[in-house]
Amino acid sequence: MVEFLSFREGEATQEPTVTVESFTGQSNSTAVRIEAGEDARELLPYLDRLALVEVNFPAFGDGRGYSAARILREAGYVGELRAVGDVLVDQIVAMRRCGFDSFHPDKALDDDAVERALNRYADVYQKSVDGRRPVWAKRHPETVNG
Amino acid sequence: MYRYDSYDQSIVDARVDEFRDQVQRRLAGHLTEDQFKPLRLMNGLYLQLHAYMLRVAIPYGTLSSRQMRKLGEIARKYDRGYGHFTTRTNIQYNWIKLADAPDILAELATVEMHAIQTSGNCIRNISSDQYAGVAADEVADPRPWAELLRQWSTFHPEFTYLPRKFKICVIASEDDRAAMRLHDIGLKLVKRGDAIGAEVYAGGGMGRTPMVGPQIRDFVPEDEIVSYLEACLRVYNRYGRRDNKFKARIKILVHELGVEEYKRQVEEEFAHMKTLGLNPPREELDRIRPFFAGPAYEHGLPDAIDRGDLAFALWVDRQVAAHRQPGYAIVNISLKPTGGIPGDASADQIDLIADLAEQYSLDELRVTHAQNLVLPHVRKADLHAIWRKLDEAGLAEANLDLITDIIACPGLDYCSLANARSIPLAQKLSERFASPERQKDLGELKLKISGCINACGHHHAGHIGILGVDRKGVENFQLLLGGSGAEDASLGQITGPGFSEDGVVDAIEKVTDIYLAQREQGERFLDTYRRIGMKPFKEAIYG
Repeated sequence: MVEFLSFREGEATQEPTVTVESFTGQSNSTAVRIEAGEDARELLPYLDRLALVEVNFPAFGDGRGYSAARILREAGYVGELRAVGDVLVDQIVAMRRCGFDSFHPDKALDDDAVERALNRYADVYQKSVDGRRPVWAKRHPETVNG
Repeated sequence: MYRYDSYDQSIVDARVDEFRDQVQRRLAGHLTEDQFKPLRLMNGLYLQLHAYMLRVAIPYGTLSSRQMRKLGEIARKYDRGYGHFTTRTNIQYNWIKLADAPDILAELATVEMHAIQTSGNCIRNISSDQYAGVAADEVADPRPWAELLRQWSTFHPEFTYLPRKFKICVIASEDDRAAMRLHDIGLKLVKRGDAIGAEVYAGGGMGRTPMVGPQIRDFVPEDEIVSYLEACLRVYNRYGRRDNKFKARIKILVHELGVEEYKRQVEEEFAHMKTLGLNPPREELDRIRPFFAGPAYEHGLPDAIDRGDLAFALWVDRQVAAHRQPGYAIVNISLKPTGGIPGDASADQIDLIADLAEQYSLDELRVTHAQNLVLPHVRKADLHAIWRKLDEAGLAEANLDLITDIIACPGLDYCSLANARSIPLAQKLSERFASPERQKDLGELKLKISGCINACGHHHAGHIGILGVDRKGVENFQLLLGGSGAEDASLGQITGPGFSEDGVVDAIEKVTDIYLAQREQGERFLDTYRRIGMKPFKEAIYG
């Protein structure tokens, strides 16, 4: 079983996170935690100094965190983006696609199940922020660069 | 017909593998039912009153005969010999064993079918017009866009855990045969000069708070539809209500924000989305479009139909619609026989219709949201032969859009959410109004029954609608008048206190009597209701 999963080079950020409110106040912190329902765009002015953004999933069915993650990556955030809370093995693939690169679920994940999930789909239909080429780009390599 | 390439096939095959893995974990006890539930619901597998129900996607309602035959085979092998066509143009099997579900999906994958996103809080099967590609009045065949959106919405990483389910419809005609404005998002393809784009309607829907979707944009260029939808969905995913399941659909967000504010937020997000390169290139639409190009029609076919056989002539008048190709016709097959279960077809009937599609309809058929089937490309010269075969199989009912062409949800006979039984009521009504002369006299009259407030039977959109509720442990039926799911979309109004099962049948008879007494030349039931209002009907029912 795995309690913490990272797809980043090197050590995970250890710094404790602060709330969005205290971060955007006068904090010198470089790690922040977004709760479901908080606006990830409030962080956009500070992306350069952030090393870690934690996005909390209070329940697996609460999908707001997927939008929060993608918004941060679309804005160019390159630091660690960590999914925490009710994160299940069957959600890891979609979360990876939305830009999460580390995971600290409430309940440890089965390594084999994670491995199988990550390798199951060779192709994806949408362009997202994970750099994977969507099927439509593979179908038309002459017209779609990158 | 769209055909999978190796990418499409590998994605569907991988889904079968994934679901098999999930079912095995469940059967081995590694997953509890609570943990398994969201996983099976992502794949159309519901635990109903008596068994598992599997809902199979029929994208934009189009099927080949090979696919139809497979649906019959599954009904025979894994169900009790029946399939049920739904108001989402899908098919449901009501008697499925959990251990069989992965094998069924594997069989479906061999004919390029799946059950992906037929349930769950995600983007559901894309619906469209059953006359797509053959309607004379369409701007373009909407199905290439529907297929593009099928692919875009399949396993969309950001929009798989939305506040609630999300239904998208694409049409391209002035006549709305798909209840487009009762979808979470409705797209109507239009032309501006030579350019094709979409009018967009958002926040329509039925359920306990029915709404006709307002227009939020008059033109999205065809190459930007994906990024525009990403914007619509992102605003909804971030701000749609998650505190109350009954207020979680996008219609509530649009209503609470106000249309103008929702539009403003979508436009702001769209401006951002357009910079991200999310739209497939025009070449992708160009790749998909030829799959839907008109089949190889014969030219110089006769348009005359021999009407010597009276029963056949009556069927032609009711079930056959104009095709844009001379010498061809569109055949509607009724799944509403007198006393039958609306939308049900036996495995033998499914096989027969597959054969008819192969032999007489250029290998293609359609499912309608009114739970009927369509053979879209029939030579007029073949109509009589088709009718005879349908008649032998009990499929030659001539009641399209008449009072016995009833839409009904599965109701309390199957569904764990239902408060009342829809099917026995539909059967009683179809028997009460069975006389062909009487039905013909009543004319177009769309009767729709839901067994609970979730409105799967589209009762809000019925010219006459019935809603089954539970009143202190007793089934009770409310009556609504004046709804429409067509281009003149409107929501039905409740007449007053509800009725027993027999009482509501009697009340509907009184309603139709008022219509017959008060109608003016050429008026349908709905027109008369709109002209004279609720009062005379109410007096007749409760007076």
